[in-house]
Formats: sequence, C-alpha cells, structure tokens
Amino acid sequence: MAVSVDEAVSPGPVRDRRPPRRRSGGRGRVVIEVAVLAVLAAVMLFPVLWMIETSIKENRDVYAIPAKFFDFTVTLDHFKDVFVASGGGPTTLSGSFLNSVIVAGVSTVLATVLGVPAAWAYSRFSVKAKKDQLFFILSTRFMPPVVVVIPIFLMYRQVGLFDTKLGLILIYTAFNVPFTIWMMKGFVDEVPAEYEDAAMLDGYTRLQAFWKFTLPLLLPGIAATAVFALIFSWNEFVFAIFLTSSDAVRTAPPAIAGLIGGTTVDWGLVAAASIVFALPVLIFSYLVRKHLVAGVTLGAVRR
Amino acid sequence: MSDPVSLTDHPVQEASSTPPAPGRSRHLSDRWLTVAFISPALLLLLAMSVFPLLWALYLSFTDYSATRGGPATFVWFENFTAILTSAQVHLRAFTTLLYVVGAVTLQTVLGFSIAYLISRRVRGRGVLTTLFLVPMMLSPVVVGLFWRFMLDAQFGVINSMLGSIGLGQVEWLTKQNTALISLIVVDTWQWTPFIMLIALAGLTAVPKYLYEAASIDRASEWFRFRTITLPLVWPLLLIAVLFRAIEAFRLFDLVYILTSGGPGVSTETLSFHVYKVAFLGFNTGTASAYGILMVLIVIVLAQLYMRYLNKLKED
Repeated sequence: MAVSVDEAVSPGPVRDRRPPRRRSGGRGRVVIEVAVLAVLAAVMLFPVLWMIETSIKENRDVYAIPAKFFDFTVTLDHFKDVFVASGGGPTTLSGSFLNSVIVAGVSTVLATVLGVPAAWAYSRFSVKAKKDQLFFILSTRFMPPVVVVIPIFLMYRQVGLFDTKLGLILIYTAFNVPFTIWMMKGFVDEVPAEYEDAAMLDGYTRLQAFWKFTLPLLLPGIAATAVFALIFSWNEFVFAIFLTSSDAVRTAPPAIAGLIGGTTVDWGLVAAASIVFALPVLIFSYLVRKHLVAGVTLGAVRR
Repeated sequence: MSDPVSLTDHPVQEASSTPPAPGRSRHLSDRWLTVAFISPALLLLLAMSVFPLLWALYLSFTDYSATRGGPATFVWFENFTAILTSAQVHLRAFTTLLYVVGAVTLQTVLGFSIAYLISRRVRGRGVLTTLFLVPMMLSPVVVGLFWRFMLDAQFGVINSMLGSIGLGQVEWLTKQNTALISLIVVDTWQWTPFIMLIALAGLTAVPKYLYEAASIDRASEWFRFRTITLPLVWPLLLIAVLFRAIEAFRLFDLVYILTSGGPGVSTETLSFHVYKVAFLGFNTGTASAYGILMVLIVIVLAQLYMRYLNKLKED
C-alpha cells in the first residue's frame, strides 16, 4: 500500500508537506514549468477539441482552407446523421452502436461471472503452481489479436459462429477473463481472509462466507473491473472486423472505420460518430479513475 | 472494511443453531470449491486461446488455404524457413523494430517528463492528470480517424497550421519516409499518458523524508533526482515500458486505419503483414507459421515483463 493509486489521480492528499525545494527553484522556474505543462496539455487535447469542432461544423467549414478555428457556423446535423438515415428510419450506424452495447455488455457480465470466483479462489486457496497458472492466464491476453483471429476465424466458420453476436461475445469474454482475474485478485487480497474464517467458525460454509461477507465488500472492485472490461470490449476492433461481415452483427468500431471506405469521406459524420462512440468511454473511465493504474496494466501493477 | 467486528457480530445469533462443520470435510469442500471456481474460466481460456493457438501451430506445418479448402498436406518446416529467409519479412521486422523502439522511447521520455512536472505541482494535479489521460482511453479506431483527418495533406489542420506559420505542406501519410514518423507520432500521442500515469504513481510514492534528508545534506536537485527519484521509480517505469513494447509489437488497428500499411509497404508492421498473408493472400498455413513466430516473440517479451513484475512485487 505504499503507492496510492488514488494520489496519482486525485488532487487531494498531497497537500500537507512538499519537498523543500524553495532554494533551488524560485518563482521563475515554477512559471516555466507551469507553462511547459500547459503547452503539453494543449497539444494532447488539441486533436480531441478539433474533432469536437469538426463534428459541429457545416460541411463547407469542415473542408475550409485554411482551417477555421473559431468563425464557423454551428450545426448538429452530423449528430443527427449518425442516428437518423436520410429517408427517416435509423441508420446502420445506430444499429452497430446497439450491437456494441449488447456485445460489450454481455461479454462483460460473463467475464465478471467467470472471473470473480476464480480470482477469489486464487487469492484464498493454495493452488498447484499458482504463480504459473496466473502468468499463463495473463499471457493469453498478450497474444497478438491478428494472430489469434486466424484460427478463431476458421473455428467459427466451422461451427457457425462466424458473423454472430455470440461469437463476438465469446471471444471478448475470453479476452476479458484474464484481466478480470488479475484485477479482482488484487481486490480480494485486500479483504482479510479472517472475515471468512470467523464466519466459518460461526457455522457458515466457505461458500456462504464468500457469498455473504466477502462478496459485498468486493462490490466496488467488481464495479471498477467490469467498467474496464466494458471499455476494452467497446473499443475492440480487430476481432470485430474479422469475425463479422454483416451490418446486422457489426459493432461500432468497424462500422465507424467503414465510413472512410468510399472515395469521398464525410468527415463531419466521422467526427460526430467518433464522439458519440468515445463519450461513454470517457465518462466511464472518469468514474474508475482511482483504479486506472491497475486497470490499464491489466491488473498487474498495483501496490 | 471499517469495522470487522460488526460483520462477525450478526451471524453469531443465528450461528448458535448450526454447528460448525468438522475440519476434514471443510478442507475437502475447499478443494472442490477451488476446482469449481477456477475451472470454468480456465476452460474458456483453453477453448478460446490455447486451442486456437494449437490449431494455428498445426496449420503452420501444412499448406492449408482457407479459400481453397480441401485437405491440407504436411509441408513440415517449409513455411517457417520461407518466412525466416524472406527479405519481405525482414523488411517488416525492421519496420516494426523502428516503430516499436521509436514510439516507446518517445512515449517514455515524454510521459516521464510530464509525470515529473505534474508531481512537482501541488494545485491542479488532479485536473491536469485527468486531462492528460484522455487520449489513452480512446479506441485506436477513433484515434486513427482523428489523426487521419488532421494529417490530411489537403485540408488537414496540421498542414493548415504549418502553412500559417510559413512552412510548406507535408504529405504526412502518403510519403514513404513521413508515414512511419506519423504513425510513431500518433501512437506517442495516444500512449504517452500511459507512461505518465504509471510514472506518476511511482513518483508520488517516493517517501518525502528521503527528499528532506537530502536537502538537509544540501544535495543538488540533479543529485536528488539521480539518487532518489530515478532508482525508486525505475522498476515501475520499466514495467510500463515493457508493457508498451508488447502492445506496440502487436499493434494492428492504428496501422489499418491510418495508412493501411502504405504508401508501398513503408508502414507495414509484422502484424499487418500477417493480416495480408492470411486474409488477402489466403495462405493460411504460411500466415499461421508467421503468427506462431510472432507469438514466440511476445512470449519472450511477456516473460521479461512478468519477471520484472515479480521482482517489483517482492520488494
């Protein structure tokens, strides 16, 4: 518990004492450092801001040369185009968003249901070659997706899972289980095993002790883990593009990427679709910001 | 977690009625529980990760093609020797190496610098960190599209800005030598926050008393950085670097969206080449052998990663 992951993200607790560096620094240096940070932040955020701007510009302003930064007409047409087809009904893009919700949602639930009990068992019991098993589990997640997708593609074609939501759900579950186990093992390790021992002295079985006492304490961790799994599935592209072929199954990432396939690209629409797609991710990752370090390293780094 | 007593308190009343189970059967039930809880997850991984890889291993020894169908004939190590001796593959390996080393180095230097600057701030740290983290959470598809638009030679905003300060236009994605640089820049944009986040976690964990002791000894700032900060943050940073190296090595989506490997083959990484062999050439056997070789490299990198992870955990 030496490092506080929260401290890395939340502004709070460092206020008390700061390293005494008054002598060596001075005011001028602080100003320079703040300026450098501000410039870097601007560079990092500019692409995002530019995309937001593009999504609310009229088409002729989108392609204006030189680029218009401030004096453009604001329109929400592109956002309408994401969901409403020119004839009226919903667009194929909106259908792909729905597919993404289903695939990411179901695979996250499955990964949680499979991963949390496994994480608990790995944390509590002595398992033969535990370390090797855990490392094997994590290493499956490191496999290059392009390589894995070749045999998966053949396998799915054989058993009729190609171009089905179930096929995507299964591969995403397999892709999120290693993460869930690693991430949750960290959370389970933090709950003292003595709680369960005490409950068992009172006559509960091990399973009841887990269900009634440990699981409720794990809920915040489960929520954070599930949010990360949701983000991973939501953002996933390689499996989505190679294991689907019809619009009825296709998830949002390949559908959005498909928008730039033609000879002319409607960048306003691409920008709007990207923002609709990215917004939930940003909101969710803000919610789990305290666990980001563990989350983005697949649960491997946490102290 | 606040008050463990209250947790054990409440079952006591009901517990008196149910006698505790004898120890032996409890041990047995623990074993049973372990198996019941772990095996579903492991079975899924075996079916969806291990079995496909074994199948790919089998295919790599054959001349199977996904479109031609028909039975595969064994060609043993032909696929492997063909790949290892192919000048084309060597070129892709070199491109991948340039890309991985270039991107990861840039990210590490930038990410660590930003983290160091942020860690010296007291106010606004949370806001700054949150803002810096945005690129990392975006899908590579979205990132690729953002940048493809911005780097467009005609109406891209980057060229427009270059023009307004009097510099010439650059064909970022359509010229051989700039395309790879663009790829590296975009990857750096997306993943610098990753290194920053982990470096920041390391930097904020350095105990303050070390700095205090050093400043009593009138140690220079550089001396403090070199002897206190760096050694303490280094192990964590190394893990972040290895993690990024693995991710960069297997990168596919960004290349696919940004350049599709072009112009020519200048941005074709190994991942992208495997895709072309498998899904455009339909040489499934060759592609499988290619993939297996890539998996071997990933396994070596992952082993390194895990070794350092273990070291970090033991400290």
